[in-house]
Amino acid sequence: MSARKIGEVILKVEEISLAFGGVQALSNISFDVREHEVRAIIGPNGAGKSSMLNVINGVYHPQKGSVTFKGEKRAQMDPHKVASQGVARTFQNIALFKGMSVLDNLMTGRTLMMKSNLFQQAFYWGAVQREEIKHRERVEEIIDFLEIQSIRKTPVGRLPYGLQKRVELGRALAAEPTLLLLDEPMAGMNVEEKQDMCRFVLDVNEEFGTTIVLIEHDMGVVMDISDRVVVLDYGKKIGDGSPDDVRNNQAVIDAYLGVAH
Amino acid sequence: MVALASSMNSTFPRMLLQHSRTRPNAPAMREKNLGIWQTFTWVDTLERVRALAGGLAALGFKRGDNLAIIGENRPQLYWAMMAAQALGGVPVPFYQDGIASEMKIVLEEAGIQFAVVEDQEQVDKLLEILTDLPAIKHVAFDDPRGLRHYQQPQLVNLDSLCDLGREYAKSHPDFFEKSVEQGRADDVAVMLYTSGTTGAPKGVCQTHAALIATAEVLREFDNLNADDNVLCYLPMAWVGDFLYSFALTHVAGFCLNCPESPETVLTDMKEIGPSFYFAPPRVYENILTQVMIRIEDASTIKRKLFHYFMGVAKRVGMKILDAKSTGVNNVSLWDRMLYKLGEILIYGPLKNVLGMSRVRVAYTGGEAIGPDLFDFYRSLGINLKQLYGMTETCVTVAMQRSGEVKLDTVGKPMPGVTVKIAASGEVLVLSPGMMKEYYKKPADTAEVIDENGYFRTGDAGFFDPDGHLKIIDRAKDVGRLKDGTLFAPKYLENKLKFFPHVKEAVAFGDKSDNATAMINIDMAAVGDWAERRNLGYAGYADLAAKTDVYELIRDCVAKVNFDLASDPNLCGSQIKRFVILHKELDADDGELTRTRKVRRRVIGEKYAKIIDALYSLDESVLIEAQMKFEDGRVGIVKATLKIEDVKTFTPAEAASSAKKAA
Repeated sequence: MSARKIGEVILKVEEISLAFGGVQALSNISFDVREHEVRAIIGPNGAGKSSMLNVINGVYHPQKGSVTFKGEKRAQMDPHKVASQGVARTFQNIALFKGMSVLDNLMTGRTLMMKSNLFQQAFYWGAVQREEIKHRERVEEIIDFLEIQSIRKTPVGRLPYGLQKRVELGRALAAEPTLLLLDEPMAGMNVEEKQDMCRFVLDVNEEFGTTIVLIEHDMGVVMDISDRVVVLDYGKKIGDGSPDDVRNNQAVIDAYLGVAH
Repeated sequence: MVALASSMNSTFPRMLLQHSRTRPNAPAMREKNLGIWQTFTWVDTLERVRALAGGLAALGFKRGDNLAIIGENRPQLYWAMMAAQALGGVPVPFYQDGIASEMKIVLEEAGIQFAVVEDQEQVDKLLEILTDLPAIKHVAFDDPRGLRHYQQPQLVNLDSLCDLGREYAKSHPDFFEKSVEQGRADDVAVMLYTSGTTGAPKGVCQTHAALIATAEVLREFDNLNADDNVLCYLPMAWVGDFLYSFALTHVAGFCLNCPESPETVLTDMKEIGPSFYFAPPRVYENILTQVMIRIEDASTIKRKLFHYFMGVAKRVGMKILDAKSTGVNNVSLWDRMLYKLGEILIYGPLKNVLGMSRVRVAYTGGEAIGPDLFDFYRSLGINLKQLYGMTETCVTVAMQRSGEVKLDTVGKPMPGVTVKIAASGEVLVLSPGMMKEYYKKPADTAEVIDENGYFRTGDAGFFDPDGHLKIIDRAKDVGRLKDGTLFAPKYLENKLKFFPHVKEAVAFGDKSDNATAMINIDMAAVGDWAERRNLGYAGYADLAAKTDVYELIRDCVAKVNFDLASDPNLCGSQIKRFVILHKELDADDGELTRTRKVRRRVIGEKYAKIIDALYSLDESVLIEAQMKFEDGRVGIVKATLKIEDVKTFTPAEAASSAKKAA
């Protein structure tokens, strides 16, 4: 349907191994993500999907292997640096400021782009004011994009779960990322909310050209919206390819449905 | 206040030109964009309409063509309407939530070649049916989001269309003015498809002259002027929006405000503070429910204050409101002071939250409004009034004058409108706002307009002693009792349904000795009532059969009878006997339509046994009914239903107790 142009490899993960004490969370995982594509990571519970995302944005430091982002190869990433290079993410359990309004939450997504210092901000004058107006405009565009105008000033804690997820996506978008990591964006949603979220993920990908890596449990969703899928099971990669390849992969079927012993 | 030159021979595009000449910098429209209200003056509006018209003309839009308009209330879509009119074409607005297959019928009949739509959602709908509609040549969209990769040659961005139009204007100077000059007042200004509750949708063609004449009357009726503000949030395809937003903006010159999105209407209303408001009863009902829910969550002091002052408002608020227009003051000084205090503490802040602080006149119409609902708004000092009309007559047939508001009438006929009651009880209307015709349906047109030019409304009604029109039911549903008394089932049912304990009611009585009713209790309301009385029940059927519940409902029916007794036309149709059904009437069982209207014929057949029992002397009836469960299985429910008699009143009794109460 869409004529998006999938480009060069933007992120490459090579032979990553990660262990927490005796638990081997990831062993020897390699895969790549190309520019402008929607890449899904799937797998049963405890397969290491969230750990993988945490390695990519530098929260976890793998014992072995390397991550190459935009041609720069490192053994470990640093969250702050990663964010300023254009990686944003959402979390499995929502991590918003519950007492703050939707608008303020989205504004926090712009923090890394604010140039003025604390002293200047305290006086809110001239350049600072212009800067804030610029950021606010961008945030309003995101509010418009995600169709959350009606809750602009509502404290996040009062919103239903599905909307909070949408706000979290908004905050990630406010950072204008080139790579967006979504950790189960549709978990716990009803069918209608899921459809909306799918639409937004695809629209983000299409309108902003953002590369998206997402973790998702709902196989229907994954198969519908992703270009390529990585399958993990017990920290090992058991499949990688287009949704159709993965669907017909025996190892994947076994991991999901179980095998007769 | 701007005095417009006599507009009898005017058209909407001429009025647009006039506004942009005489008051170029006055606001014509506002839209909230990225959280900020953007104002478009009359000059801005003209510039954009001119560009759009140029673009359409460049693509080949000609005089007499129809332009489909699909989307929410956006300035761009109103401009498209104006552009079509300026070119001598006819805008055809569609309900934005209509499905593609429904739109197809209308698109085909109206011979649509050009469409202006809001966004991807509407574009997708049109693309879905495009193969069946080869006539559609151009689809212009406003919001490009999600449409970047659409390759269809028909699609064009509204902005590029405007650019095209500006180019066109360079090579065709004065094309706009010339085209407007050619327009005549009796040209069709808009085609509004009626929703088609009866048969296929019909396109009602209204002329500039009819719409402008009606809008003029409305403007004078309520003193609307250029300082008023209106929030347009009702569907563009509905005659109410066209008349009250589009036509009145041109005629009265006030500013039209478009909400940011359908979900933000309440916030937008608070920010804009409209001075003129029009909504169907269900909108008022939703607002009231919201208020009540939030009040119950408020702290004890606030809740107590609210209830106390609402009591004061209920007692004296409406009298104070009426006194403003009639000058008759019969409220004691103490009560007036209490009401003032209430205004400061409760009514004022509440109206502010609802965005109704500045509402001078509010209207409702379309269906009957409940007394509690009506009184709530009026007692707060909001001048809520009722009107009666339909698409074919530009709505305004009858309206209530300020100070002459009654709950169950729709007011006196408007100036210039003649209302006649046919022998059958049907309301006939002769109005300057009469439609020209149904589009391409001369037979249907001939059927509804009689040889004297009267429009047959299909509604049954009569005039009350004060000369107010009272609409009671659809004419085809109205029957006669054996003694010749008028029997209007819907009227009785509505009266019953206004009680919170009654969810649904079906009245019988045509060609019978007296009227009877079948009643569905409201599970939530009656359940709550039962709980507070420590009355245990197992489920709907059990609750419905309780003696206490029968008593509760009997009181409701008796109150309806009491009301009916004071009306000479309807006194004879008091409800003699009633039964409470053991199951809720359900659309899944075919008893209701999907919009929850009662299907009389189906119910009449299915419950024939109950109806027979209602007209016998039996005190109970054994009934077996088929019922569809949620999982699709079909079961049989058996029950023995009690039938009870209700007290009826004579007119004298009603009058004497009314005197006692006073």
